[in-house]
Amino acid sequence: MSARAGEPQLRHVGLNLLDTDALEPGEAATGLYGFWLFLMSDAILFALLFAIYGTQLTATAGAPGPQDAFKIGPTFVETLILLTSSLTFGLASIALKYDRGRTGLVLWLSVTLTLGIAFLGFEIGDFRTMFADGATPDRSGFLSAFFALVPTHGLHVAAGCLWIVVMLAQIAVFGTDARFKLNLLKLGLFWHLLDIVWIAIFSVVYLQGTLA
Amino acid sequence: MSEGGHWLTLFGRLNLRAFPFVRAWEDPTVSELIGAFAGALVVVGAFALVALLTWQRWWGRLFRDWLTSLDHKKIGIMYVVLAGVMLSRALVEAVLMRAQQSLAVDAPGIVAPEHFAQLFSTHGTIMIFFMAMPFLTGLINYVVPLQIGARDVAFPLLNSISLMLTAGGAGLVMISLAVGEFSTGGWSGYPPYTGKAFQPGVGPDYWIWAITLASLGTTMSGINIAATVYKKRCPGLHLTRMPLFCWTALCTAILMIFATPPLTLATALLALDRYLDFHVFTNDLGGNMMNYVNLFWLFGHPEVYILILPAFGVFSEVISAFSSKELYGYKSLAVATMAIGVLSFTVWLHHFFTMGQSADVNAVFGIATMTISIPTGVKIYNWIWTMFRGEVRFTAPMLFALAFIVTFVLGGLTGIMLAIPPIDYVVHNTVFLVAHFHNMLIPGLLYGMIAGYLYWFPKAFGFRLSEVWGKIAFGCWVSGFYLAFMPLYVLGLGGMARRSQALFEPDYRPWLLVAVCGAFLLLAGLVSLFVQLWVSVRDRDVNRVPVGDPWDARSLEWSVSAPPPEYNFATIPQVDRLDPFYWRKERGEAYRRPERYDDIVMPRNSWVGPLVGLTATVCAFGLVWHIGWLSILGFLGIWIPVVARSFVRDIHRTIPASEVEATDRRWLDRAHTVQPVPRERETEPANLGLARPFPPQVPV
Repeated sequence: MSARAGEPQLRHVGLNLLDTDALEPGEAATGLYGFWLFLMSDAILFALLFAIYGTQLTATAGAPGPQDAFKIGPTFVETLILLTSSLTFGLASIALKYDRGRTGLVLWLSVTLTLGIAFLGFEIGDFRTMFADGATPDRSGFLSAFFALVPTHGLHVAAGCLWIVVMLAQIAVFGTDARFKLNLLKLGLFWHLLDIVWIAIFSVVYLQGTLA
Repeated sequence: MSEGGHWLTLFGRLNLRAFPFVRAWEDPTVSELIGAFAGALVVVGAFALVALLTWQRWWGRLFRDWLTSLDHKKIGIMYVVLAGVMLSRALVEAVLMRAQQSLAVDAPGIVAPEHFAQLFSTHGTIMIFFMAMPFLTGLINYVVPLQIGARDVAFPLLNSISLMLTAGGAGLVMISLAVGEFSTGGWSGYPPYTGKAFQPGVGPDYWIWAITLASLGTTMSGINIAATVYKKRCPGLHLTRMPLFCWTALCTAILMIFATPPLTLATALLALDRYLDFHVFTNDLGGNMMNYVNLFWLFGHPEVYILILPAFGVFSEVISAFSSKELYGYKSLAVATMAIGVLSFTVWLHHFFTMGQSADVNAVFGIATMTISIPTGVKIYNWIWTMFRGEVRFTAPMLFALAFIVTFVLGGLTGIMLAIPPIDYVVHNTVFLVAHFHNMLIPGLLYGMIAGYLYWFPKAFGFRLSEVWGKIAFGCWVSGFYLAFMPLYVLGLGGMARRSQALFEPDYRPWLLVAVCGAFLLLAGLVSLFVQLWVSVRDRDVNRVPVGDPWDARSLEWSVSAPPPEYNFATIPQVDRLDPFYWRKERGEAYRRPERYDDIVMPRNSWVGPLVGLTATVCAFGLVWHIGWLSILGFLGIWIPVVARSFVRDIHRTIPASEVEATDRRWLDRAHTVQPVPRERETEPANLGLARPFPPQVPV
């Protein structure tokens, strides 16, 4: 359990944790493990939402179905934005790992935040178009399932954006101390999971809906 | 804005008719008066509590020593207290329902249909989510870190938040007694009946948000317990050397992580239907209520094992300790536990055999259901073989364990019957089913929790509970169970539908009268437990067990003082085999002075847990009554302490080695001076918590 003297206590990719960092023994490993467990339960939530969406594909009840409700153009742009944001988050992690000063870290986190907000902006635009076309959740089981699944992802992205803001504030207050590093790694896991979920949403909901 | 508009903004749907006292004034029937009395109990109880705290000047201690504490032991105790309060309410409701049915044969009885429906809804909801879950989470919280040689759980703050969310959910159910009404849709809350079209009132909303808070708390508890067991074990404590209670806690935690999200989602989607006119589960416009049923039982069936497995763990500990033998077939018990955990995800459909699947699908799930009886049977034999040729002492927890073995097997047999779809078609929705699941959960959960409470109480508080009252309680709980539920099997086979407010078959009457007597006996069992607590606190000075090992028990939690110090272990133990403490005693290596002591770092108290619990409850209350500003305020209030907390870096405090040493030395000196007692005298005042070793059988 206890680390041998002289060796780094624990290393995680992108963390650059050292003996000098003030952490309890095993704190990094336990914290990250717990966060993985949380992500698993979150993944189950999305899996179930996908399952419900799948069962409701034909329950359009005369309201617009996938073909009429979805526009592939904006969602493709959203996909590019969100995938890029995962890249920029990765660059932020690398800036932290190689300890290249705060500028790079703050810069890449800010770019990620901007991309996240841009994604949300486009997504809200999508929903407005759908509402204008009469595709509202109170009209059919299918649209209800859609508006249960996709905005849940959007809410997660919004939470991630707020979390980035908090992280930026923590850099200003504490610099990159051990606790900050751990939290940033957890945020990174969260952010990349949302990317994976979005890939599933884009393929299952939008590609399948518009190309079928 | 008009007068009504202002009211709507400020108070939402809340009006005078929401209060049961006003309803009883306007319409003084027996049913309304009972409702008003129950509401008054909540209000008077709350005021009495506040008065008591103020009068005794206990507010500071309440917050400092308990509510803001992150100590897993205190959080565990608070969970159990919550379970006790909620058990009292739900058991009284059960007695009221039994009384109603026994009176309402060709007669109206005392409780109106709407009121009766609320009773069975709150009874089920409370018993599962606010009695059983807090009870088992509390025991796990208290015991597991001690058993694995850890100083606390993996995430102490998260632990506090889980507790407070669960308490908030329970609070909502209590508030619903005094303000408004509860759902009439049963504990499973099936739409479309719980949808807006059929129940536009606040009842289902209370149910939705109470469950949502509890389920979020449960998910976080699961994460916490699993991370604790996987990451916080002391050196040498391999998974296969853990006490069996830790295995069952781990399995329960895994089930909590994977099975609670479907419940959270089911209630959230039902809320979307009710609040934002979605059509996920409605009758019209493509809604599909079968999605709800699947989601609910995807949670609901693993939930059965979340409830039962910790009790299995308790029985394993109790039977092994009071037979003074190593658990027979330890590895097969661990494997059986995990097998049950996996199988629990493959059987959910047996809760709705009659809802339109093909016969083939039903057959698959019926066979899967019966498969679970194999690992369960393995366990029963293991417990019996553990007792075989052991030095068995019939203490109160051991008696509960024995009653469990017999009763649970009976319930299991009726479970096998229900797993056969054609039989299920005949008896589904009758009280046969009610008898079956009470036959599983009363022995398989409640007896286990009571046994655990009796067994670990001396560890937690430093004195033993009264054996006499423990045995009286045992007598009431067991005879009460058989009298209350065996008649329901008969009635169910006779065709009596469950959840009936009135009955029109005179032949039912004798059986119903027997059942109501059983219900009163069960209530007497609960009262006996409270009397036992009262008597034992009164006589605590003659029953103290300061050395900490009153039952000559086997695992690490007994190797520290009773009550244990805040940091549990003065030095982190090293483990080299199963039942480490027992073998340390046999080898004469227990109670040794460590060579050196180190500073110990423990978490500081935090207000985040109570604040999150309070604001989440406020938010939920606002949502129930459609008070927009209150729910927004509550929602923001949840996140402010959480974000603020992330800016606090000074979250630990250090207990100096000298203080640890002084405390430990005091305890060890005592252990070396008091008289050890042999096992046969462990229930006498001579028992100071130091067991006399049995003629040693040191393993080679």
